[in-house]
Amino acid sequence: MIHDAKLMAELAAETPAAEVPAVLANVSRRAILGGLGAFVLALSLPEHARAEEAKKEAPKFGADGMPHGWRDDPKVFVAIAQDGTVTVTNHRSDMGQGVRTSVAFVVADELEADWDKVKVVQAWGDEERFGNQDTDGSRSLRHFFQHFRHAGAAARLMLREAAAKQWGVPVAEVTAQNHVLTHAKSKRQLGYGEVAAAAAELPVPARESVKLKPASDFRYIGKGKIGLIDNRDITTGKAIYGLDTRLDGMLYALVARPPVYGGKVASFDDTEAKKVPGVVKIFKIDGGQIPSEFMPLGGVAVVAKNTWAAMKGRDALKITWDDGPNAQYDTDAFRQELEKAVRAPGKVVRNQGDVDGAMAKAKKRVTAEYFVPHLVQAPMEPPAAVAWVKDGACEAWACTQGPQAAHDRLVKALKLPADKVKVNVTLLGGGFGRKSKPDYVVEAALCSQAVGGVPVKLTWTREDDIHHGYYHTISVERLEAGLDEKGMPVAWLHRSAAPTIGSIFAPDPKHELPFELGMGLVNTPFNLPNIRLENPEAAAHVRIGWFRSVSNIPHAFAIQSFVAELAHEAGRDPKDYLLDLIGPARTIDPTSIGDVWNHGEDPKLYPIDTGRLRRVIETTANGIGWGRKLAKGRGLGIAGHYSFVTYTSVAAEVEVSDKGQVSVKKVHIAIDCGPQVNPERVRSQMEGAVVMGMGLALTSEITFKDGRAQQNNFDGYEIIRIDASPEVVVHLLPNPDYNAPLGGVGEPGVPPVAPAIANAVFAATGRRVRQLPIRDQLSA
Amino acid sequence: MIKLTVNGAERSFDGDPDMPLLWYLRDELGLTGTKFGCGAALCGACTIHLGGTAVRGCVTPISAAEGQAVVTIEGLSPDGNHPVQVAWRDLNVSQCGYCQCGQMMQAASLLMDTPKPTEAQIDEAMSGNLCRCGTYPRIRAAIHQAAGQGSAAAPANKGERL
Repeated sequence: MIHDAKLMAELAAETPAAEVPAVLANVSRRAILGGLGAFVLALSLPEHARAEEAKKEAPKFGADGMPHGWRDDPKVFVAIAQDGTVTVTNHRSDMGQGVRTSVAFVVADELEADWDKVKVVQAWGDEERFGNQDTDGSRSLRHFFQHFRHAGAAARLMLREAAAKQWGVPVAEVTAQNHVLTHAKSKRQLGYGEVAAAAAELPVPARESVKLKPASDFRYIGKGKIGLIDNRDITTGKAIYGLDTRLDGMLYALVARPPVYGGKVASFDDTEAKKVPGVVKIFKIDGGQIPSEFMPLGGVAVVAKNTWAAMKGRDALKITWDDGPNAQYDTDAFRQELEKAVRAPGKVVRNQGDVDGAMAKAKKRVTAEYFVPHLVQAPMEPPAAVAWVKDGACEAWACTQGPQAAHDRLVKALKLPADKVKVNVTLLGGGFGRKSKPDYVVEAALCSQAVGGVPVKLTWTREDDIHHGYYHTISVERLEAGLDEKGMPVAWLHRSAAPTIGSIFAPDPKHELPFELGMGLVNTPFNLPNIRLENPEAAAHVRIGWFRSVSNIPHAFAIQSFVAELAHEAGRDPKDYLLDLIGPARTIDPTSIGDVWNHGEDPKLYPIDTGRLRRVIETTANGIGWGRKLAKGRGLGIAGHYSFVTYTSVAAEVEVSDKGQVSVKKVHIAIDCGPQVNPERVRSQMEGAVVMGMGLALTSEITFKDGRAQQNNFDGYEIIRIDASPEVVVHLLPNPDYNAPLGGVGEPGVPPVAPAIANAVFAATGRRVRQLPIRDQLSA
Repeated sequence: MIKLTVNGAERSFDGDPDMPLLWYLRDELGLTGTKFGCGAALCGACTIHLGGTAVRGCVTPISAAEGQAVVTIEGLSPDGNHPVQVAWRDLNVSQCGYCQCGQMMQAASLLMDTPKPTEAQIDEAMSGNLCRCGTYPRIRAAIHQAAGQGSAAAPANKGERL
């Protein structure tokens, strides 16, 4: 059942074919709605999957623990046309991680499909039908790999059953290979398309009757030989992102938003704005709510006949703002508050042994504080959406990481029934967490509603993106260690203070949530007898949101820098010291060290494996030639980190000029994420993580004064350019067991980059960087 | 009335002569391969060719294109097989892909002027084109490949749909 079939049929009928891009789901949807006979193994209620899910019991982990869990019904995810074309429905948003390609070839592999005959379509937001669609947390393949395998394998079994029926032979005698069904005894063959119609009539086989391939039979999984399924569209400009959706008669909108979080419009004068040719409508959007959750900030919207007119119209507005309670927010002052907070005891989040006693008896005490500023995700495609509100229904096209979340906020904002709202997912021009929050989709819908039934494209400018973000938190981490005579810590005290992401959902929470503490704070697997971790209070004054790898960034920067500082105090090699601190290879139950979250995964299935952490560190050390002699001004640094149930390490070689300019020359990055479904994309994610990690290490920072972000565009908010991009060598630690649990890939590459660079800077100069970004700190 | 050619087709426009080519191409002509990233010539996502040279469409008013030839990614080659496009696919350069049209237009312009660029020349020509996904190592490799130079740094995984 397509929940809003009537509306969609209507909208599809009104949308000219030429305007509908191939990457959008509505192409296939229209084909289905139009009753085209091509898709015969077509859509139906995933009853089977639902019944199975209902049986599951708490506690739930992995995909089971996510809203709406998972589905693996082949009738939902696989369609085969009479010409043999296989269409895989992918329900995860692709923002550059390549999930459209990977999902399609996982299904194709188990289906024994010829890759040249495989297409992918993007699911609209409907978790009841497709399972969880929040594309975040580095878990698309971690949660859905086995389920997509199952969907492909079940479809393959159905094809074999249909052929067996047609030939009147036992199913066991029918093989399916590379798009061909064969009965060897009678030397008969059928193409997949020839039996697709009959196969579609069959019931979905019981889950236990479906056998997955042994890994030795994989054609595509784990091979890294398949190019991006969207490669041609991307390289010819045909790929459609959120900003690229076009509908007939569409108007274009921008919104002037309150410059301070929680502010609102006091009054506005649109006399001049109305004079701009092409401006159609100007109206106020209510706002000012704290917490804002995923809803718009409010402001004044300008709808026009093209984007340029909307920009000029917005520029001509005269708005007086009521800044609200965050008008004093100043990040320099706030940093001092955080520093004060970490210098006093805070809420204890992990306590083991007797830290105070051991600290008092220690031979030497070392203390250091680390600062990481606000950051903004700044995907190259800023937030954008097209929405069409008409006749009591709404359809949207958006570059969203959370189409169900967008759907639900549209329902709330428009006060429409759930089945009258549909969110289509375009390609995402980057996401990095920003596009998990669908405020911009709601803005688009409010604009369409205001102009009375006309579709509207809502664009965020880069300035909008930087001024009104869901920022990475701001943090001070204070570490104190008591060392024994050999320089090893006998006591470890870490206080972490940072406004929580919880502050966008609840009024004024002051502590990090378990998922934030579980990002490299409580679950740092050091072999320490006495350890206490505290989380002093910190209030939020801007919207705090997920930024690729989230709280792992400040935690890893502080801890991995501090370890190198301790190694220096001990007069030891920092890599050896780090390995000694991790201790021997062993598995640790994360719950035993205060991590009740474990990235949502079963602690039995995903214990922390220090052997794997050691191995990635040893790999990058070997790769970069740890210990080799370097020219003056050069240094090597190393860091290792566990995040998203994956192990990563970075070793960096930097050069610091006489004037204090830091350039990163070479980076080795190693990842152990369990079995790799698409090693080629794992590699590209690591390459990209190095560059993003370098940006926050070297140049990127958002500061606030009078509640307002002080940066405007890529001149003030600098990210890495190609001339600063180093040689990157990626090491993928092999794991050929495709039944082993998968780790995350999209995010874990980021956290170890900054501390590795800071440690390399220390090795090069003897100067310790304790705040990011490094920028020109060494010039003084 | 401003007259120009876009990807070989004659066009005329009688709207705001200050409208940047970016918005003319995207909103008026539907050529959405030219991307918006910053609006201030800071990121290069909107790179197009004007009179045979790479320019930033977001800060180039349409009036500056009077009587000139504009080429966008959609017109870079008749079949989508310009050497940079082929190299971009061979090396799977793209992650999200959003900036890559601008990257390829800039790279094509570089190769017109400098058929065999050095690393330094690539860095210089390409440093105005941002990629938040961090595909720079592969962009370098792809430019070398498109220039017929190959590259030791090129990833081993090839092929659009192998």
